[in-house]
Amino acid sequence: MLRLYATVAAGGFRRHATYRVATVAGVFTNSVFGFILSYTYIALWDERPMLGGYSMDDALAYVWIGQALITVCGLMGGGFEDELIERIRTGDIAVDLYRPADLQAWWFSANAGRSAYQLLGRGVAPMAIGALVFRFTLPSGPGAWLAFLVAVALGSVVGFAIWYAVAMSAFWLLDGQGVVQVAWLGGLFFSGMLLPLNVFPGTLGEVARLLPWASLLQVPADVYLGRYQGRALAGAYAFQACWALVLLGAGRMAQAAATRKVVVQGG
Amino acid sequence: MADSLRTYRMVAGMWIRSTMTYRASFALTVFTSFCVTFFDFVVILLMFGQVRGLGGFSFAEVALLYGLTGTSFGIADLTMGSLQRMGKRVRDGSLDTFLMRPAPLLAQVAADKFALRRFGRVAQGLMVLVWALVLLDVAWTPVKVLLLPMTVVCGAVIFAAVMVLGASTLFWMQDAAEVTNSFTYGGNTLLQYPPTIFAQELVRGVVYVVPLAFVNWLPALHILGRPAPAGMPDAAAFASPLVAAVCCAVAGLAWRAGIRSYRSTGS
Repeated sequence: MLRLYATVAAGGFRRHATYRVATVAGVFTNSVFGFILSYTYIALWDERPMLGGYSMDDALAYVWIGQALITVCGLMGGGFEDELIERIRTGDIAVDLYRPADLQAWWFSANAGRSAYQLLGRGVAPMAIGALVFRFTLPSGPGAWLAFLVAVALGSVVGFAIWYAVAMSAFWLLDGQGVVQVAWLGGLFFSGMLLPLNVFPGTLGEVARLLPWASLLQVPADVYLGRYQGRALAGAYAFQACWALVLLGAGRMAQAAATRKVVVQGG
Repeated sequence: MADSLRTYRMVAGMWIRSTMTYRASFALTVFTSFCVTFFDFVVILLMFGQVRGLGGFSFAEVALLYGLTGTSFGIADLTMGSLQRMGKRVRDGSLDTFLMRPAPLLAQVAADKFALRRFGRVAQGLMVLVWALVLLDVAWTPVKVLLLPMTVVCGAVIFAAVMVLGASTLFWMQDAAEVTNSFTYGGNTLLQYPPTIFAQELVRGVVYVVPLAFVNWLPALHILGRPAPAGMPDAAAFASPLVAAVCCAVAGLAWRAGIRSYRSTGS
């Protein structure tokens, strides 16, 4: 059974690796946005040094980590939910449910493959470009890079769990666009992609740092910047893992409810 | 031209009726489209919660820049936003159906999947613009007042031309749609901030190469009584219609070249 899911994951990796032009185009776009955001952050941190506890170098690192993780952790869409929703809307999902594999585990594996490819294809290049032009904080050593990668992996799982649960709503709404947009909005704002969550003021900041979207970028970025050490690092991982479990569970329950009483769209 | 407009109206009308089938979803998408752009502005509000000025510009001045580009981009996105999905039609060959119909291709593709919800972005841009005008302390002259609607219209035309130009490249590279995003969405983000915070090479690029500076920077700086960026003369504030016309000509030529080189996948 594990071999099956490994194959699905490898397929997910290869499938996205096929579109090389799309990858280059994506890297280009991420870099352009990285540049724009970098200059706005420079203006902001010039006025208020150490805003949110970040130095200018930290803030710039944050910008480029964000650009690198957009697709990896599904900040602005998981990259699979449109397809899944379309299958639910057209009724093709019936074929998937017939397969001797679990629906969620199948998509989870495919997404893991996609995520791994995006990390290599669209994560590394923008960060390298950013590091060439701007001076920003780098992790202190291999151990710190490894700690960052673990946080990214957990972030990617939370990202999948969010978008899978979102896609499940299509069983009831058929047209999932509305819910996708709401989730997109949450991801855009509460992931901290536009502005780090520790710059958010007062209660808004406290709440934002507790929401699942904080696992996607804010936590990995803070791990990268070395703001979590020892037990605090374990705590940060636990925070991500908790959200992953809760949201994967929610997706599972929705899936169970939908398959128990599913009305497949015919046609 | 009249033919194109008629086609556009008919196709767009069809999609509006189709969207209204899923009313709950439509209501959600209009709301979120408004919120997505609203939260975009909240980021600027949060920034100004921490600082008094960005690059020497006050909140009201940044809001003017934001309102102008936001409204222009919103109009362009509402009318031409579907173009970026044309790559899929080129890839799977469904563009052939469009070519068979006795109606202008550009109008058909631009109105394809017309999404009325994108009006949320226009509304939000206008709200910020009005807010800026209320806050601003400017000695209004008839010329400056007339400059405002002209800027919004010309800005929308420039953005629309960039979208058509981007779509033209899809005839050759179907997966490169994201590159256009860096000029449209990226340009919109860039223009929300004052030119003083960016590197001078970048500013020169959007003045002389991709003339996005004419969308709002040049007219707005004139209204605010500030010098034009990148060594432009002050009169350049009134050059937007000319620039918009040139952009349309370039986009039209590219579109024609694109159609001529189109080869169906045959599937």
